[in-house]
Amino acid sequence: MTALLKVENLRTQFHTFSGVVKAVDGVSFEVGAGEIMGLVGESGGGKSVVGFSILGLIDSPGRIESGQILLDGEDLVTAGEARLRQIRGREISMVFQDPMTSLNPLHTVGRQMDEVLRLHTDLGPPARLQACIDMLESVGISRAAERLSAYPHQFSGGMRQRVVIAIALLARPRLIIADEPTTALDVTIQSQILALMRRQIAEKGASMILITHDLAVVSEMADHITVLYCGKVVERGATRDIIEAPSHPYTRGLIDSIPDPDHRAPRLRQIPGAVPDIRNLPLGCNFRDRCPRAQAICGQEEPELKQRHASLWSACHFPLQPGEVA
Amino acid sequence: MSGFFASEFFHNYRRSASAIIGSILMAGFAFAVIAGPFLVAQNPYDIASLDLMDSYKPPVWQVGGDPRYWLGTDGQGRDVWASILYGARISVFIGLVAMIASCTIGTVLGLIAGFYGGILDSVIMRIADIQLSFPSILIALFLMSAVGTGVDKVLIALTAVGWVVYARTVRGSTLSEIRKEYVQAAKVAGLPNHKIIRKHVLPNVLTPLIVIATIQVGTFVLIEASLSFLGVGVPITQPSLGLLIKNGFDVLFSGLWWTSVFPGLAIMVLVFGINLFGDFLRDELNPRLK
Repeated sequence: MTALLKVENLRTQFHTFSGVVKAVDGVSFEVGAGEIMGLVGESGGGKSVVGFSILGLIDSPGRIESGQILLDGEDLVTAGEARLRQIRGREISMVFQDPMTSLNPLHTVGRQMDEVLRLHTDLGPPARLQACIDMLESVGISRAAERLSAYPHQFSGGMRQRVVIAIALLARPRLIIADEPTTALDVTIQSQILALMRRQIAEKGASMILITHDLAVVSEMADHITVLYCGKVVERGATRDIIEAPSHPYTRGLIDSIPDPDHRAPRLRQIPGAVPDIRNLPLGCNFRDRCPRAQAICGQEEPELKQRHASLWSACHFPLQPGEVA
Repeated sequence: MSGFFASEFFHNYRRSASAIIGSILMAGFAFAVIAGPFLVAQNPYDIASLDLMDSYKPPVWQVGGDPRYWLGTDGQGRDVWASILYGARISVFIGLVAMIASCTIGTVLGLIAGFYGGILDSVIMRIADIQLSFPSILIALFLMSAVGTGVDKVLIALTAVGWVVYARTVRGSTLSEIRKEYVQAAKVAGLPNHKIIRKHVLPNVLTPLIVIATIQVGTFVLIEASLSFLGVGVPITQPSLGLLIKNGFDVLFSGLWWTSVFPGLAIMVLVFGINLFGDFLRDELNPRLK
């Protein structure tokens, strides 16, 4: 499979008063054409920063320090702002977490959809209108022509997220970055939206980066998973391999934290401790203070990303073998 | 229009005494300002229509009052009522134009400061802070003494004083708006900054400005009156209400009270009406008070 997006050794840092925050520290991954890549990690793990780095929307005091972001071979890190504006919305678009705030409350849905088409296509007004209607219908909004003149507050949360997805898909981008797209929604709506996104991605032949903290969501959706911890990739591989036999204790911990209705435990399982202060990371492995397998070497040497069993790559001195429990 | 009459805004309006009184007073003033010259026989600034024999006539209900001049006349034989109608035009014109100019400049600067931040933000907001630490009448007085008198100069002075409140308000709202995801979404869609500011940020920061703008017209009328009273406002050929008070003030203690008291009452009624209506708007447009 040829890679549509190739992120190489990306480092994005925030130079704040209280120190340098290495939000993304040497992250590499690939997204193939037509593929869904899940980017997983806890809050503050640098997932969203990866998304915004790809779009070149890192605001001061943040900066992409080094690395390459290759979209079909074109480096977005060195591309100018003018070129990036062409790419945003046209080649890469984004779906945000909270549909309550990601639509402008003062403009009709139709106007907000039309804006994207006006910016990125040469279509005339009737063609644009038709494109908006078609797109709204394809995300499952009935009476689309009428609903175009409605304002965001006239839609429910799930419907708004459908609108947001419709807007993201309008200019037929090749890559969609979905940043926690279902976190703010009801569970019942969640699965509808996820199914819709998967169907749309497949129909339009686009790729997707699905940013989430929810491994259950990712395991349903993604072809590949990249697990981030403290701005670093700790494990990556094909979804099935990771879910069935993760090799990094952190990934294992995340999977074990998902409640299992068949084996009711007296308490929910969790990973002990909290994410360390990212401005002041310990020497060696960032996860060692929370890791059940940590030994002396973990505090001295940072583990490298190495290939394990199957398609898995992980960064751990003492990786789990298939079938082994943490 | 049926939409407006069925709206919550209109519903609350009908139940608010201050809103109704305020808007009646404002509407009365608007009518007087527009139709004023057609309501009175005398143009007080047409020398040919003045008769010195009529000077210092008291109001009509006092001994010696002349039924043609029901609020009396001044030393030149000008009808005080006619002077008020003509003077109100100038006062209201200055108040409105200065408000529009301040609002435009302040909003643009506030948007720039809030959206771009950094040095621009620091420079603009520090100027605003410095200005706010002086009483506005003092700044206006200082500016007027520097640029000279005249209606245009008063407008410049009032605008220089008035933009600050808009800039601060707009900057604050902008800062909270640009953190919302729809602004991020607009960036992600590839919209250039000036379009994001114009189409997405600006409409969302306008509401609080309506209240400020309304009340500010009243404030500006008062500042202009003070400037004119102090002799650095409008010229004698374009007398505003403030200048009428000043002209009458010279003879106030000779018992010829009507020449300055009636213009003063006119200002009071105007500003009172504006503030009443502004209060209603503030309660109505502030979501936190709902």
